[in-house]
Amino acid sequence: MLNPAQTKSTASVGLFATCLVDLIRPNVGLSAARLLEDAGCTVDVPSRQSCCGQPAYNMGEADGARELARMTIQSFENYDYVVAPSGSCAGMLKLHYPALFADDPVWSKRAQAFSEKVFELVSFLTDVCNVRSVDAKLDCRATYHDACAGLRELGVRDQPRHLLASVKGLELLELKEPNSCCGFGGTFSVNYGDISNAIVEKKAADILSLDVDLLIGGDVGCLMNIEGKLRRQGQTTQVRHVAEVLAGQAGRISTRRAHNREKPA
Amino acid sequence: MKPLSHKFRENAGKALDNPTLQTALKNVPEGFVAKRAKARSKLPEFDALTEQAQQIKSHALAYLDLYLEAYEKQVKASGGHVHWAGSGTDACNIISGICRDAGARLVAKSKSMVTEEIALNAHLEASGFEVIETDLGEYLIQIRGEVPSHIIGPAIHLTKEQIVDDFRRIHVDLPTDRVLDEPESIVNEARLILRDKFLNADVGITGANFLVAETGAAVIVTNEGNADLVQTLPEVHIVVATIEKIVPTTEDATTILRVLARSATGQEISTYTTFTSGPRRESDPDGPRETHVILIDNGRTELLASEFHEVLRCIRCGACMNHCPVYQSVGGHAYGWTYPGPIGAVLTPSHVGIREGYHLPHASSFCGACEEVCPMGIPLPALMRRWRNRAYGEGLTSLRQRLAMKTWLWFAKRPRAYHFATSIFIPVFRMVGRRERLARFLPLPKGWVRHRAFPLPEGSTFQRQWKRRRAGEVQQ
Ligand code: SF4
Repeated sequence: MLNPAQTKSTASVGLFATCLVDLIRPNVGLSAARLLEDAGCTVDVPSRQSCCGQPAYNMGEADGARELARMTIQSFENYDYVVAPSGSCAGMLKLHYPALFADDPVWSKRAQAFSEKVFELVSFLTDVCNVRSVDAKLDCRATYHDACAGLRELGVRDQPRHLLASVKGLELLELKEPNSCCGFGGTFSVNYGDISNAIVEKKAADILSLDVDLLIGGDVGCLMNIEGKLRRQGQTTQVRHVAEVLAGQAGRISTRRAHNREKPA
Repeated sequence: MKPLSHKFRENAGKALDNPTLQTALKNVPEGFVAKRAKARSKLPEFDALTEQAQQIKSHALAYLDLYLEAYEKQVKASGGHVHWAGSGTDACNIISGICRDAGARLVAKSKSMVTEEIALNAHLEASGFEVIETDLGEYLIQIRGEVPSHIIGPAIHLTKEQIVDDFRRIHVDLPTDRVLDEPESIVNEARLILRDKFLNADVGITGANFLVAETGAAVIVTNEGNADLVQTLPEVHIVVATIEKIVPTTEDATTILRVLARSATGQEISTYTTFTSGPRRESDPDGPRETHVILIDNGRTELLASEFHEVLRCIRCGACMNHCPVYQSVGGHAYGWTYPGPIGAVLTPSHVGIREGYHLPHASSFCGACEEVCPMGIPLPALMRRWRNRAYGEGLTSLRQRLAMKTWLWFAKRPRAYHFATSIFIPVFRMVGRRERLARFLPLPKGWVRHRAFPLPEGSTFQRQWKRRRAGEVQQ
């Protein structure tokens, strides 16, 4: 594996922000950029980017997905690396783009070469940049949800846990089922909302049984889903993307629950 | 079986609202999932074995014609009969013909999914035969007039209380004050009833987990031993199997058996594993006088030539449904045809058509748990996505969804227009979204907001903030 620290002074990283980060949670993108810069990379955010095309791909609109894939590849193929703060979008870029062009000799080669540069943010920091710890502090009790695509398509599991362990003041507890789906699945959560809800209810129950202040995850889609459920249930558990926590950009986490625990009435 | 897959959404909704079913479904993660994990961790070579198993099946499928002919030859050599059935109807007619020739009245069956697929029981009953299911789960759903909700635990959707009620309702000859509250007393009562049927059955019908080309044997695994009684006590034994059950050698069958039981129930091996071939020989103390094998195609050849061919490696272990969050939530009946869960989401449309089966490959979050646990390495989500491509190509996706997608794509492909639109839309969205009263005027997707708060955007897009940050850096 290439290590930019060894191979050249600074590796150029094209940050694929993902549409949800762009629209809903820009702070995740800013945090990701900061983490990458701290790891010694030069970060660029090409403006010719929008969505990875996964919603179209999963709806069966392969042509539309291919058009977005071509655009993304063109915008990013000249960077040393392409990094996304999402296992799901990184998985799309890395694994499904080559699949989309399997029958196209020219683009299949290009998609393959592009694929090799693509990484999910946290695993890029640990596996490529050799980051072992971060300089961040967050006083609270938290738990981590493994989003499906990062976990199963890209093998992201231990990396975020290792880095989170270096965040001062953060106590990380394990869910009973950290690797079970939260029920998001993109348009699935809208088209089959009732089933999706039954699944996220189980996830919420697992989180609540731990009595934590904060839920951390690596995909804004899943976090939006879980947070939406917790809010609707009137729960106060906070939700943050792992990049925000690692970059020290998670803001204030209310630890009311923790205080209650320490001082039983 | 008449497919009800087009009613998936409706039936899934009913399943979610059924508290008894939801109680019963807890058995899936608590039973199957935990046991498989334990069995896998106890066998370091498990993953290597699954790879071997996949190779065996892929090889057998690549030379299916050769192995089937070899198998037929061996069966004939041991004195059995082989019948080829192109369709389910052909198979049903052949089987009822055999029963008629045998002068049968009572037909005993052991659990077999393919006979569910071809609706054999209904056919035999319409032809005047009494049919009795001898697997406890199958017996339960037979007396309830239901179909299996799981491929290895057909009655997994029932609670103990429901079973006790059914037994009291059906077994009216037994004393009403009998104690019937523990699983053991329930099983004993079923044994008592079924023993009589075993002894009086004229024809026994079993499925097969494998057909061994080398020896002509049919292999069947059970935990109750009922298949052994079904295939040894009656005078006539019929094996019903689809053509992809073939494996080249006995060794191959035993290799796959090692991953089958672990993937299915977490057992190292099923309680009973039986190899049978041909009728009773002179020296045999028991066994059927006459044996038949029905080799059914029913769409397999077509599947083999299609982009879904990998699904034919399936050994029906059930691991994919056990680990599926959708199956765990709605159970098997909502899927509306013989095979539920992820394997059903791929198989069903190939049998009933993508119009009828539209929902099954669509109702998935693509979490990938099924593919992760499938011992046969079947890429279930990718195959479901292929069905989605077909559905989209055939215009089955709703106009609303297609329009929304086209609009999204129009913007997404034009980053300038996209960033301009989002930089206006998002702050407005946030402003309105912050006031709950106004939020209901936003065009929010109902499937989401019925159950979840809608996410409140931070306000300005990332692209904007990034540009601002870059501009700030330059000024410094
Ligand atoms: S698809 Fe795989 S996991 Fe599902 S039943 Fe078949 S072999 Fe088992």
